[in-house]
Amino acid sequence: MKFAGWALLLTVAVAALLAPWLAPNSPNRRFDDLLYAPPTRIHFFQDGLRAPFVHTLRVASRRERRFEVVESTRITLRWFTDGALVTARPDEGAPLLLLGADGYGRDIWSRLLHGARTTLALSLAATLLATLLGTAVGGIAGYAGGWLDAILSRVSEFVLVLPAIYVALALRAVLPLVLPAPTVFLLLLVIFALLGWPIVARGVRAIVLAERERDYAVAAHAVGASDLRVLTRHLLPASRGYLRTQATLLLPAFILAEATLSYVGLGFPDTTPTWGTMLQDASNVALLGDAPWTLAPAAAIFAVVLGVNLLAQGTGRAPVQLEP
Amino acid sequence: MGRFLLRRLLFAFVLIAVASSSALLLARLAPGDITAQLGPFAPRAEVENTRARFDLDRSPIAQWWLWVQRASRFDFGDSFLYNRPVGPLVAGAAVNTALLGIVSLAFATLVGISLGIFTGARSSGVLPSLVRGVSLACVSMPPLLTSLVFVFIAARTGWLPAGGMVSSTSIDPSWSTWVVDVLWHLPLPALALALPIAATFERLQSQTMSEAVHQPFVLAAVARGVGRRRLILRHAWPVSVRPICAVYGLAIGALLSGSFIVEFVTAWPGLGRLMLDALRARDVYLVAACAATGASFLALGTTVGDLLLAVADPTVREQ
Repeated sequence: MKFAGWALLLTVAVAALLAPWLAPNSPNRRFDDLLYAPPTRIHFFQDGLRAPFVHTLRVASRRERRFEVVESTRITLRWFTDGALVTARPDEGAPLLLLGADGYGRDIWSRLLHGARTTLALSLAATLLATLLGTAVGGIAGYAGGWLDAILSRVSEFVLVLPAIYVALALRAVLPLVLPAPTVFLLLLVIFALLGWPIVARGVRAIVLAERERDYAVAAHAVGASDLRVLTRHLLPASRGYLRTQATLLLPAFILAEATLSYVGLGFPDTTPTWGTMLQDASNVALLGDAPWTLAPAAAIFAVVLGVNLLAQGTGRAPVQLEP
Repeated sequence: MGRFLLRRLLFAFVLIAVASSSALLLARLAPGDITAQLGPFAPRAEVENTRARFDLDRSPIAQWWLWVQRASRFDFGDSFLYNRPVGPLVAGAAVNTALLGIVSLAFATLVGISLGIFTGARSSGVLPSLVRGVSLACVSMPPLLTSLVFVFIAARTGWLPAGGMVSSTSIDPSWSTWVVDVLWHLPLPALALALPIAATFERLQSQTMSEAVHQPFVLAAVARGVGRRRLILRHAWPVSVRPICAVYGLAIGALLSGSFIVEFVTAWPGLGRLMLDALRARDVYLVAACAATGASFLALGTTVGDLLLAVADPTVREQ
């Protein structure tokens, strides 16, 4: 189980890291004749075994989005050229579209690879930030006690009951609706961290509260260690296992939050491929039935969330995941 | 009990007041205002009139105070987008969201808990492993993914309508055809919303159940000759269900969050869609009313969750 989880996540991570090299086409290049084109088939046989090749696609009916395979053409795949692992001949109207094309005729597979970078970078950074913030707040609340603890605990309980997506939506929607991609990245990072910290803080507080009374902590105090040292070097390491579990909850939640916000048009601009912006193409019910490949980002999200869940499964008690 | 409910009522009031006030102020302080909806070439007088009608010519604090005074008389202002009072508008959407939420939660609870009892009480076997596998897949399919996949299946096969709450063909239907129509549209979004939550309940129940059957008191019951069915349902289950009641309150928040995206994907005319449109158009009073309704759902849900916990766990009742 755990092995399968690692394998899934590592595959996605490697794919994201090597995106520019693995992607056959530029993620924003539009093939105007190939709107909603189906995935390109790779052939090996034509009058005997040959190097892998593809046929070109010709539009049969633009309105019905029907395509014809031109069997007479044979375009051999080119390996290790133009800084990519494999491509066909995009400049001659014969691109390699492994997962088909979207509504603008852009290569979904290439966008999926590039989108993985933005989506995963954002969710990982947000997970890290939320965990740090939660650990700091929880540690301080548990260690200090008294009124500070009371205030911090009430605040975190309050944030915890709010439906996260609505709050993220409200915070995002009141800012200018169209923003450049780097600004959106920072903005979502801050919003996600602000929504994610209370879950971490609550658990860390409980752990610090319990550990503070243990002999080793009292002993550290007795030999003259400062409060900060006792907290950071002695007490917080006890929450390491808990933090790992929480991270496996936060990461999928943030991937989903990005996807949701981008899907409803409040996330990244369309020119920045992320899994969320790509899903917008699947929002047209009439087209979705004919172009199932626009659901590819949904499959990618599923793979990552499943991988994280498989990892969590291996570490004893599976965590309860409620927020999407 | 009385004091508990009183405290809950107070909490609900504070939650609603804070949520709606901050939503109002956020929407007001956001860049751009409602008059952007009039278009760039709207005459100056019309823009001024609209601003005056929605109190945008006052300071945010003055506008908030005016809104509080009116809200205390149950006048929640008008919506610019729909050109109607927000009260009935939000009430209609809230009923739709509540219908979706309650059906989903009931389904998730029934299916999730009964499957959890089933898999938790058995350690091996083909069927429990199958249920566990499906449940792991479902817990990795949040409502955004389930609703997209279901809409795709519906669009492909035509088994169920792919979106909306009523068919557009029935413009002026009788009461009974309307109900049938809604019931026909309900399963898809309800199932999309319920599956991940059902899977979560199944996993939790399965875990607590498998812990409960190894408790000494269960062994004692076995020794007294209690039958298997009675052993699990009457002895082990009441103990194992407590942690689920404890997360029930949190599940309401998840349900609201999930219903937003399900409503969006399946075009269900609920609170989520209304709030999104209102937020984007800076329709201040509509935003505030949506936030207030969402907050009251949340308060109601957490109260029900706490009551359930008190029913299931005597130690909580005594506090």
